[in-house]
Amino acid sequence: MSTATPTADDRRLRPTDDGGAAGRRLRGAPKYLVLALAAAFALVPIYVMLVTSLKPPVEATVGRMWDLPSSLSLGAWEQAWATLRPYLMNSFALAIPATVFSALLGSLNGYVFAKWRFPGSETIFNLLLFGLFIPYQIVLIPLVVTLQQMGLYNSIAGLVFVHVVYGIPITTLIFRNFYARIPADITEAAQVDGAGVFSTYLRVALPLSVPGFVVVAIWQFTQVWNEFLFAVSITSAGQRPVMVALQNLSGSQIVEWNVQMAAALMAALPTLIVYILLGRYFVRGLLAGATKG
Amino acid sequence: MTSTTTPAPAGAAAAAADAGPSRRRRRLETATPVLMVLPSILAIGVFVYGFIAWTGWVSVSNWTTFVRDLSFNGFGAYTRLFGDFRFLSGLRNVVVFTVLFVGVCLVVGLVLAMIIDRDPFGAPVWRNLFLFPVALSFVVTGVVWQWLLNPRAGVNLLLNRFGWEDLPLWYVSTTIVPGWRWGQIDVVVPVALIAVVIAAAWQMSGFAMAIYLAGLQGIPDELREAARMDGASEIAVYRRVLLPMLRPMTITIIIVLGHISLKTFDLIYVMTGPGTGYVTDVPAVYMYETTFRGNQFARGAAISLLLLGLVALLMVPALWARRRTEEALG
Repeated sequence: MSTATPTADDRRLRPTDDGGAAGRRLRGAPKYLVLALAAAFALVPIYVMLVTSLKPPVEATVGRMWDLPSSLSLGAWEQAWATLRPYLMNSFALAIPATVFSALLGSLNGYVFAKWRFPGSETIFNLLLFGLFIPYQIVLIPLVVTLQQMGLYNSIAGLVFVHVVYGIPITTLIFRNFYARIPADITEAAQVDGAGVFSTYLRVALPLSVPGFVVVAIWQFTQVWNEFLFAVSITSAGQRPVMVALQNLSGSQIVEWNVQMAAALMAALPTLIVYILLGRYFVRGLLAGATKG
Repeated sequence: MTSTTTPAPAGAAAAAADAGPSRRRRRLETATPVLMVLPSILAIGVFVYGFIAWTGWVSVSNWTTFVRDLSFNGFGAYTRLFGDFRFLSGLRNVVVFTVLFVGVCLVVGLVLAMIIDRDPFGAPVWRNLFLFPVALSFVVTGVVWQWLLNPRAGVNLLLNRFGWEDLPLWYVSTTIVPGWRWGQIDVVVPVALIAVVIAAAWQMSGFAMAIYLAGLQGIPDELREAARMDGASEIAVYRRVLLPMLRPMTITIIIVLGHISLKTFDLIYVMTGPGTGYVTDVPAVYMYETTFRGNQFARGAAISLLLLGLVALLMVPALWARRRTEEALG
């Protein structure tokens, strides 16, 4: 089709070079129509949340749901903040330590499984990965009993523990794929110099791991922040993370609709901010988790 | 591995004979990697494998009130589930939901990925726009779409404005189409589930797009060029060259979205609950309610084991297929 093919290995040139420019533009119209429709669909819930949360109560009615507010009001945000604040704090107290411990553990595991195979390590790695696929309902009953016996039931500390344990498969997987890409000569050089496994890890691998840590941290933070089943089964009342509080709020008849939408946005904001600021790493985490998971 | 350049621990060096420290060191060296992963192995051993066995035991026990009784009771919890209207409805729903949800995500994801791969104006912006819902919680998705698909609000107001008279009931509907009866259960699609599928697809289509896009960008241009040189039309290039090469991506998406879908809890719990006549109930919700609201622990455990079996039913062939395609592609 194309007459003047550019050097085939320069892929950035490729898409602009099939057919004449005029032909391309013509074929482009349905393409942009599909993109615009998909974008509208993607943005509708955000529009409704944002617009409704900024309305004064009289305008936050079902009939005027799609209309823009006549005047901006932050009342709903203030009310949502007053209600959700303790639960948002719980979620931070949960997600930050869970992310840190998960990443450290995953890095240690991933390093060993990538660079220090021992007899049976492949089998053990696959047995660890099995944890990715289990529906968590299967562990819920023993988990509640065990946490009660450990004195960790109905506590944020207990939830941190749970997320670290069930985060092991995915963080190990992501870090193993990450370390597998680090050339073997680097770690071997340190070994020749007489460094042991652990000191090679500390002095050579760990300093190279920053991108791996960013990917895993974003992944775990998002997962833990958004998680619901463990949160609702293990905590009650004041110990609940924000997603459970949001669910309770939306189920209640007395809370106004603009407050509910403000609360939903507020609960979504931390992961949205992470996505907007670090989207590139977020996608890398998605792909790393998916391609071998 | 020479140990001469590193000073051995002072105490060990002094105490041991000449060959001692290096041998002990070597043994320590082979043990270290194992020690580093041991805590994780133990944790997964107990919290995954041990707990599955434990749940298995609970499912055949007498633990049917909030008093814990782990004496053996038999397989009654399982046999009763297969005569239980709510459980059978949930089973039908989760299968229908999974097929629709994964299907919609595959189609939407592929179309969007193919468009974005052709490098439209602002390609990265489009990509990020379609992917952002993946960063949200199913709880947030459920809260918002509950309003958007409420029969008296949201989308129906727009439809009404455009003169649509016969407004859909969305998740409030109790209709099941076409409604073939099998035992006590109407098989095929409960209309109410379509609302849940819309919300779930809104959240996860971007994920399918991202995987397909990564796949498309990994296909060497020489292949497309060669096909075009051979006179293949653009459509033929996709059908004959690109789509077959995207098979591993398709399997990956089915694996990831399929197992998310089979264990769906939060979205349904938040958005619709079990629904009238259990038209939107799923085993995950039933398990939670029966265990933690009803204190029927044996039954809850039995549901979760059957759920694990359902996930395995999808995972085993899918993982096997992926292995085979990976081997085929080298």
